[in-house]
Amino acid sequence: MPTRRFKIFRYNPHTDERPRYQEYEVQVPTGSTVLDALNEIKWTQDGTLTYRRSCRHGICGSCAMTINGANMLACEAQVHTLKRDPIVVEPLRSFPVIKDLVVDMDGFFDKLLLVKPYLIVKTPPPTDKERYQSPEDRKLLDGAYECILCGACTSSCPSFWADKEFLGPAALLKAYRFIFDTRDEGVQERLDVLDNKHGLWRCHTIFNCVEACPKGLNPTWAIGELKKKVISEKF
Amino acid sequence: MIIHRHDVVVVGAGLAGLYAALMTSDKVDTAVVSKVYPTRSHSGAAQGGCAASLGNEVEDHWEWHFYDTVRGSDFLGDQDAQEILVKEAPLVIYECEHMGVPFSRTPEGKIAQRPFGGHFGNFGKTPMRRSCYAADRTGHAQLHTLFEQCLKRGVRLYNEFFLLHLIVRDDRCYGGVAWDLRHGGLHCFHAKAVMLATGGYARAWKITTNSMSNTGDGLSLVLRAGLPLEDMEFVQFHPTGLYRSGILVSEAARGEGGYLINGKGERFMERYAPEKMELAPRDVISRSEQTEIDEGRGINGEAYVHLDLRHLGREAIMEKLPQIHELAWKFAGVDCIEEPIPIQPSAHYAMGGIPTDVHGQVLKDEKKTPVVGLYAAGECACVSNHGANRLGTNSTLDCCVYGRRSGIAMAKFVAEEGELLPDLPEGAAEPARELVTRIFKSKGKERMVEIREQLRETMTENMGVFRTEDSMSKALRVVKELQERYKELSIQDKSQQFNTEFMEAVELGYLLDFVEPIIVGGLARKESRGAHFRKDFPQRDDKNWLKHTLAWKTEEGIRLGYKPVVITRFPPEERKY
Repeated sequence: MPTRRFKIFRYNPHTDERPRYQEYEVQVPTGSTVLDALNEIKWTQDGTLTYRRSCRHGICGSCAMTINGANMLACEAQVHTLKRDPIVVEPLRSFPVIKDLVVDMDGFFDKLLLVKPYLIVKTPPPTDKERYQSPEDRKLLDGAYECILCGACTSSCPSFWADKEFLGPAALLKAYRFIFDTRDEGVQERLDVLDNKHGLWRCHTIFNCVEACPKGLNPTWAIGELKKKVISEKF
Repeated sequence: MIIHRHDVVVVGAGLAGLYAALMTSDKVDTAVVSKVYPTRSHSGAAQGGCAASLGNEVEDHWEWHFYDTVRGSDFLGDQDAQEILVKEAPLVIYECEHMGVPFSRTPEGKIAQRPFGGHFGNFGKTPMRRSCYAADRTGHAQLHTLFEQCLKRGVRLYNEFFLLHLIVRDDRCYGGVAWDLRHGGLHCFHAKAVMLATGGYARAWKITTNSMSNTGDGLSLVLRAGLPLEDMEFVQFHPTGLYRSGILVSEAARGEGGYLINGKGERFMERYAPEKMELAPRDVISRSEQTEIDEGRGINGEAYVHLDLRHLGREAIMEKLPQIHELAWKFAGVDCIEEPIPIQPSAHYAMGGIPTDVHGQVLKDEKKTPVVGLYAAGECACVSNHGANRLGTNSTLDCCVYGRRSGIAMAKFVAEEGELLPDLPEGAAEPARELVTRIFKSKGKERMVEIREQLRETMTENMGVFRTEDSMSKALRVVKELQERYKELSIQDKSQQFNTEFMEAVELGYLLDFVEPIIVGGLARKESRGAHFRKDFPQRDDKNWLKHTLAWKTEEGIRLGYKPVVITRFPPEERKY
């Protein structure tokens, strides 16, 4: 069976003075993902290796990490497509490390909360049926509602590296998902947090988020649409 | 130990748990304890839809949905519960829409609905579109919406807290003890009402659609508290798991018209369900597939068949089944626009679980005596909505309807209880402390992976789509042996911070506990019904077995009891598709 070498970031801030890298050699049967390899290491070589994982098919968003320098979901990263040897696995950049590949996502979720990530309605919905929404209006949410909040985009964003107050692409894509939902009436309530030096205007269209998104979404485009929207609301 | 006091503590942050929390949080102090961030919950993996007789695309009535659910359950579901499920279905779907779920829409702007297996019109006769969907990401859309609403309402979330012990004394629940995964350490959650919404347990099988987190935590904690589990032998095998990994390919693929093809190029469902074909219920299709495979008609004689979507065309696939397209490509290397998808039956859903009444209150015996302050809903619970076999799209519905009902019942219970929180019983947290000490201090020789993988292989081999006395006896022997070996388990990671090895060790203990009632219940039930199919007893036997199994864990092993099925409207009849 083929094997591959993995060089993995190790760090427990409570017990280690500084981070280090540890190498492992793992059997990788055809079709192995990086998550399969991490599991193999944890279960047969080193039980202390620590990472988050759950669904193993790219919908829960637990296992975003940096693999050979690029952000992706470990469960979707096919080992045979990774050419560099050894394969370098690191935690998502710019989030505080809790242990090894596990990062602190609290700040990420706090940013989400700032954009009021929920439907805001002033007109009460009909009591005994759904609100109507045309398929065309519903289509505006495609490319936004699929976000799995894995953090790959925000962690890859140089504007976020430079400004930790920046909302980041994930929170802004969520803002888009609601502001462009024809059922939502909360655009005014979100303006201040968006129209702000830590908000929309901190995005300099670097497109790293687009490259990083494992779901193929385009936060940079959504941010552009939000910028237009904010300007049209204000002037 | 830190003690947190709340009126209501919900364990699990999937659809059932979050829906309940939304119902209680504006009335009483509510906390949600979850071993993962809420959006990581397995509800998010639900794809095809959520059933409700809205009649948006074709005429539909709750009575038709009722009949399909009863028949789908092979008449083992409790019809009082099933009637509530289908009657309240439109209400929860509208509520979900009002909360913001981005459902797909019909041309006139209504919630779109698609066909699904086992759902028909006019009492099993005509095709039906009943599944409300958001492309093939319905669970994801619902889970995120409920999570967003919890954020809006300020529900207290304890993320990455892992439940180790349930405090139950004298038919009353006082709370639970959880491990703070991030920092290490025990936290006691002291509450007037506790709700278990810990989801399913198909990780006990090697080939499964389930998340790695689905280890049946709540079920084993209930067993350890001396309470029974119900109908555990009924486990659904999804007909379309990706070959080898078991990853779910939604039934929506067949709802939208996909074919199942064997190694000879035949649409083999013709032989098993000539009328309904690929839209027969899941138990029927999984047995048909397994028969084809067992008789050498898998693709190239291997243990899989094909799901063929090619005739649907690129546009329909990308519009209605985009995630299927993505999953098949990423995990099977197949472009389903050009090639068929290799699939096999995959352990998917637990029909059985923690017995509850129609308000989510947990029941402790055959006489349906309630446990005060303890509730359960969603896949971990057994009301019983699904009897011996669940219909597709009825699970997210179950989570919403019964999560909601449990929340309403808990808010009412807490209001009636008054201000005072009953004192914690003495030594309430001791079992959790002992568990932690045992696992961290153990110097035993056994390794986790060997025990767990042997368990999962045994379950797939012996407790799968087809079962016999021999296969189940073998499974029981292996499980007993593994339970002994588990006592000698030790872990390498002794750190307090984010110790996932410790978590996996506890989870393995849960797996080993709840599988025993599955096997013992299956051995005792000498009939075939729904998902429990015995080659040595291939017929349904209503005379002797139209009853629910209850299973308790005792010093001497599993003790079984039985309670009658509630039949209000549809008497059992032959089940043909």
